[in-house]
Amino acid sequence: MTQINVRVDGASYSDDVEPRTLLVHYLREQLGKVGTVVGCDTSNCGACTVHLDGESVKSCTVLAVQADGSEVTTIEGIAEGGELHPMQKAFHEKHGLQCGYCTPGMIMASIDLLKNNPDPSESEIREGIEGNLCRCTGYVNIVRAVQQAAGEMSSTAGAQA
Amino acid sequence: MTLTDEPTTAEAPAKEVGNARLRKEDARLITGKTTWTDNMVLPGMLHMAFLRSPVAHATISHLDVSAAKDRPNVVAVFTGQDFKDEQGTIPCAWPVTPDMVNPGHPSIAVDTVNHVGEAVAIVVARTRTAAVDAVEAIDVDYENLPVVLDMEEAVKDGADLVHASTSSNTSYHFVFDAGEAGTGSDTEAAFRDAEVTVSRRFVQQRLIPAFMEPRSAVVGVQGDNFTLWSATQIPHILRVMGALTTGIPEHKLRVVAPDVGGGFGGKLQVCPEEILALLVARRLGKPVKWTETRSESLMTAHHGRDQIQYIDVAARKDGTVTGLRVRLLADMGAYLRLITPGVPALGAFMFPGIYKFPAYRFECDGVFTNKVPTDAYRGAGRPEATFAIERIMDELAVELDMDPMELRRKNWIGAEEFPFTTVAGLEYDSGDYEQATQAALELLGYDELRAEQKQRRESGDPVQLGIGISTFTEMCGLAPSRVLGSLSFGAGGWEQASIRMLPTGKVEVVTGSTPHGQGHETAWSQIVADELGVPFEDVEVLHGDTAISSRGLDTYGSRSLVVGGTAVVKAAEKVVAKARKIAAHLLEASEDDLEFSGGTFSVKGTPGAGLGIQEIALAIFAAHDYPEGIEPSIDAEAAFDPVNFSFPHGTHLCAMEVDTETGFVKIRKYASVDDIGTIVNPIIVEGQMHGGLAQGIAQALYEEAIYDADGNLTTGTFVDYLLPSAADLPTFHTGNTVHAATSNPLGAKGVGEAGCIASTPAVVNAALDAVRHLGVSDIRMPLTPERVWRAIHQGGDGGDRAAEGSNAYGGARTTESGIEEAAQ
Ligand code: FES
Ligand code: FES
Repeated sequence: MTQINVRVDGASYSDDVEPRTLLVHYLREQLGKVGTVVGCDTSNCGACTVHLDGESVKSCTVLAVQADGSEVTTIEGIAEGGELHPMQKAFHEKHGLQCGYCTPGMIMASIDLLKNNPDPSESEIREGIEGNLCRCTGYVNIVRAVQQAAGEMSSTAGAQA
Repeated sequence: MTLTDEPTTAEAPAKEVGNARLRKEDARLITGKTTWTDNMVLPGMLHMAFLRSPVAHATISHLDVSAAKDRPNVVAVFTGQDFKDEQGTIPCAWPVTPDMVNPGHPSIAVDTVNHVGEAVAIVVARTRTAAVDAVEAIDVDYENLPVVLDMEEAVKDGADLVHASTSSNTSYHFVFDAGEAGTGSDTEAAFRDAEVTVSRRFVQQRLIPAFMEPRSAVVGVQGDNFTLWSATQIPHILRVMGALTTGIPEHKLRVVAPDVGGGFGGKLQVCPEEILALLVARRLGKPVKWTETRSESLMTAHHGRDQIQYIDVAARKDGTVTGLRVRLLADMGAYLRLITPGVPALGAFMFPGIYKFPAYRFECDGVFTNKVPTDAYRGAGRPEATFAIERIMDELAVELDMDPMELRRKNWIGAEEFPFTTVAGLEYDSGDYEQATQAALELLGYDELRAEQKQRRESGDPVQLGIGISTFTEMCGLAPSRVLGSLSFGAGGWEQASIRMLPTGKVEVVTGSTPHGQGHETAWSQIVADELGVPFEDVEVLHGDTAISSRGLDTYGSRSLVVGGTAVVKAAEKVVAKARKIAAHLLEASEDDLEFSGGTFSVKGTPGAGLGIQEIALAIFAAHDYPEGIEPSIDAEAAFDPVNFSFPHGTHLCAMEVDTETGFVKIRKYASVDDIGTIVNPIIVEGQMHGGLAQGIAQALYEEAIYDADGNLTTGTFVDYLLPSAADLPTFHTGNTVHAATSNPLGAKGVGEAGCIASTPAVVNAALDAVRHLGVSDIRMPLTPERVWRAIHQGGDGGDRAAEGSNAYGGARTTESGIEEAAQ
């Protein structure tokens, strides 16, 4: 067992974990952060995507011990002050989800995509979320959602500037 | 319209049905506040992990679990011997013929294993990791038996057998002959007299439903009561079947499907693992959980499709079709699961499609192989039929040198001919194939693309363009119970709904149709808002828990809205009828003098005075003043069982670029116009179309479950089983025409499967249209660059993929040249 200290969605945790424990299992099973889900065992689906110190990672490819001293943000931590994140809102408004299983990962990956490229083209969006699989939507409405969020986030950023 | 009508029109409440309402269910799904089965934790809960067979066909010669039992935190280890007297068999609800052979399907292998991945032992431990670790300590030996994989070999006399208890690998031989059924003329005569015949052999590859949420089951134990939470499409069916299989009395078993992450038919199952979780929980008296890994899911959850189709069409030289003959080999896999044998039989009625064939004969052999069982996958039988008919219509057009759309137009049912009874005996109720086709041609920009195709053809462009057509219909809205009975299906097809009017005026709608992404909570709220005249926000939809929704037949076959939504309408009508009596009493008026509009009862001709249905809910809760002789409740429930299926139809067009030098194919544009009847929520409809298209296109281009020569699934992870990503798919251009279904008061036809059924042949036809001038007449799905390149440069259909040298598909290469050398 190894001791780790992590901040997850703004709260601090200090836990003993097995060295082999994956971050996603630590989040789900030890912290009860079940909003983040597991969809595969080969790092293909992206359902487990979270932000580790601001960068998008597949939490099934990160060991919990690697998150020691880090800040983790999950789908449960992106709405601020009861306000949905623009990406959450856009997925809702563009019907970018059906069963919703891929959605936490898809939203987290899309936020990261816009951080690196605030005004992506359709094909840049499609390439950018290639590591996240959705079996329900056929992706068209996910692309639309990311486009809407891009518009909204850049105008907010512009207003603040 | 007269002037006096106008105020009434202006006052009429806005209709919710047809409104593009954003979904209610999103709130929890986009914030991570979900209730997936795997989230469930019960006090003292134990975890199950399986030892699964690494071989396709063998007797278990040695099995010693003692070392595993000694591993830390292991509570118990079970084998088939421990459960052989109580596990019964996984139920098969669809004995398609009276003499169908069903060898039985143990949930855990007892003496022999019949496919890779079959459960051999169960470790139960205090943690998931302890259970998985201890599986490694189990000592097991197998004595291999001959492996049966290739259907065409398996049906031959003297073939090796999957099940020693059977006399052949054929489970059943199902025949539908229109001549004998009285719905058509003699098929043999039609072929004898034909001016033209075209025959083809098509391969429907094996697919994996690949819902994103892995299967999961949790069993809670309360004395002799059990609660099974499961990632299932069918909590109601699972309760009945689970009770019958395990012997737990039905009233002691509650099944809950919480948030379920997709199904596509893949969770329309009574899974061995669900039964075993119940048996283990009962044996230990402790709560247990099992959640599969993705690899486990791909290897052991049921697969779909997997048919070899021999299809012949007879026609006159002018293009009029005169006969259709279909013979199928349908791979059952090693066992018959819930509706394994019924899937191809359901397709039997759809091969004639939208065309006026006078003669039709269908035969199907269900064949056992040493692979995981097949069962429902989005469309279940109908995509296979649609593929075969839409592919061979193109082949016939080529044979006759006719335009493929002209050939279709010449033979399809005219808009004025509805209702039309087909040669398969189905009564198509409504539609207009020409209208949908015209709209689709415009949406695609057909003429410009044809011009570009011609230009590329003439200039010898290495990238050729093709346009593929699929003018399809399907039967769905599964019901009607009597018809399902006549097809030997084990259950009915009705659906149940109840409406509870709460004292504060809020409304609870309980539906027996269980969603897993379809948006029932939103659509049902819209329906109830219209029927009762209450705000959309005041309606809560409850589902998926047999303790709350005691009666239902769940979600599959595009049935939810058509059957389940109608049950909601019927229940609402009863609520209004009951409320009317109370309203008449309280308003001191005759029932006949009351009108109900916008949620309010008022006395005709006396505007102003009225009583809202939500107020009546409070009045009847207090029950201080209500008429004699009636019950103090306006709650109601209803069951609905339509008299006919519904028949969505549409025209799908795919423009495809084929790089003749690399074999790479790329969808240039995809346009579809579907008639799914009345649309309750256009956003949800569009989403369902998109998702269906993605899966149908994926069959054409990407997905294939491949077994090697030893029966190992070589596509057992998402690395090898190619689920398309956003980068692999185009934008879809979709539209609708609306011809209301006549079989239900909503006029809805069902949309869940349409895109998946229609799109596959449009895509393959498009690729062939691009390269037919190069001598290519078929390419095996999925159209990998390798196959396309081979078909162009070496002839044939591109042959087997990856499994080269295996007999997974019979090594049944229909290619003539080159490939043997290439393989060596
Ligand atoms: S669960 Fe992490 S990528 Fe699939
Ligand atoms: S919404 Fe179901 S997998 Fe994406």
